[in-house]
Amino acid sequence: MVKKRKLRIMVAKPGLDGHDRGARIIARAYRDAGYEVVYTGLHQTPEEIVRAAIQEDVDMIGLSSLAGAHNYLFPRTVELLLENGVEDIVVCGGGIIPDDDIPSLKEAGIKEIFLPGTTLEDIVKWVEENIKPR
Amino acid sequence: MNNIVEKVIAGDVRAVARLIRDIDDGMPEVRNILKELYPFIGRAYVIGITGAPGVGKSTLVDQMISHFRKQNKTVGVLAVDPTSPFSGGAILGDRIRMQRHSMDDGVFIRSMATRGHFGGLTQSTRSAIDVLDAMGKDIIIVETVGVGQDEVDIVKSAYTTIIMVIPGMGDDIQAIKAGILEVGDIFLINKSDRDGADKTFSDLRLMINMDQTKYKDGKWKPPILKSQAVFDNGVTELLDEIEKHGNYIIETSGGIHAVKKKERVRDDLIDMIKNRVLEEMFDKFIETGEFNRAVKSIVDGKIDPYTACDELVLPKLGIFNA
Repeated sequence: MVKKRKLRIMVAKPGLDGHDRGARIIARAYRDAGYEVVYTGLHQTPEEIVRAAIQEDVDMIGLSSLAGAHNYLFPRTVELLLENGVEDIVVCGGGIIPDDDIPSLKEAGIKEIFLPGTTLEDIVKWVEENIKPR
Repeated sequence: MNNIVEKVIAGDVRAVARLIRDIDDGMPEVRNILKELYPFIGRAYVIGITGAPGVGKSTLVDQMISHFRKQNKTVGVLAVDPTSPFSGGAILGDRIRMQRHSMDDGVFIRSMATRGHFGGLTQSTRSAIDVLDAMGKDIIIVETVGVGQDEVDIVKSAYTTIIMVIPGMGDDIQAIKAGILEVGDIFLINKSDRDGADKTFSDLRLMINMDQTKYKDGKWKPPILKSQAVFDNGVTELLDEIEKHGNYIIETSGGIHAVKKKERVRDDLIDMIKNRVLEEMFDKFIETGEFNRAVKSIVDGKIDPYTACDELVLPKLGIFNA
């Protein structure tokens, strides 16, 4: 019997950033790519996001931040996953993120950062190539 | 005992989350795990909530969680959203309204998509209820997608089913009354501060009263309540009615386990057989290409669909000349 797992992705808005148009568009693009997308809504702490991601058994967390706190929120999310013994949920980020911050974010375990101007096709393609349902 | 089974019974969140995923993905190995879990289920009280999109189901569930937690009851939630028929993807957004409970160890929330058209929904939601039951949740709330045939199926698994409506849906209620009247144990008019709440109330009351014979001899007559879930108004009253209904079914059926042991078991088994047969057969038809060949033959006008169906199914059942 050939059973195909369905990719599950969490789209999350950490911190006090009140703009989620981008996150919603990404969620929509993932849906159209055939993935199941759990959207958390605004103003989430990394703790809440990680708890939800574990309960939802997602393959990837996509964090969106436009408010400048990514240097804390993104690495903290990875850290909390590891503290909870979760090593197989990939964390990605997107939003307004200065180029200079990208190396340290990647070092902290953020697998990829998507900047403004990235096309939805490119993002979905990246997910297709890099995220495998566990 | 299987390691996963032990973890689920111990309430291990990761193991539970993973198992529900495996159920949803139709992994054949989950069958043995579910078999082992079966003796551990039947303790949780299952509540079903259904109603058209936008009536406030997720908001109500969020408030109900808070109330149950104040009573020191642990809560599991299964929130079902529709799968896109085009891409197979889904946006699961019910959780947004409930995220404030994500730090509470006594609450487990899982979003599920309706997925395919092969009856998988009912089966995997039911199995997921069993898993949350086995992990020890006191209350399990199942929030369905909008009212329809499938949702009537889901609520078979619930002890108490709440039908949510909002004012101004009088005509819609008429249109779906056959379905909802049969499954509703409690009717809730949410957003009751809006115009038309009294009209909706009297419409519902009229419909319920028309079924007089159904409610005689002390049979449960569905109460109609009003609420504004977003302000937590009417939720206490709803929980009181759920408790009353719970007591009623326990008294009239001889306990929660007994409730399970009648039509429910029969219905569950029918669905299980249907799904299993479909799964086993259909996968083979796809694998061998028989299915696609049959579709092509029908489209090309070479064969009619009834004959095509006979030709596919009958040999598999060992019947060659129907």
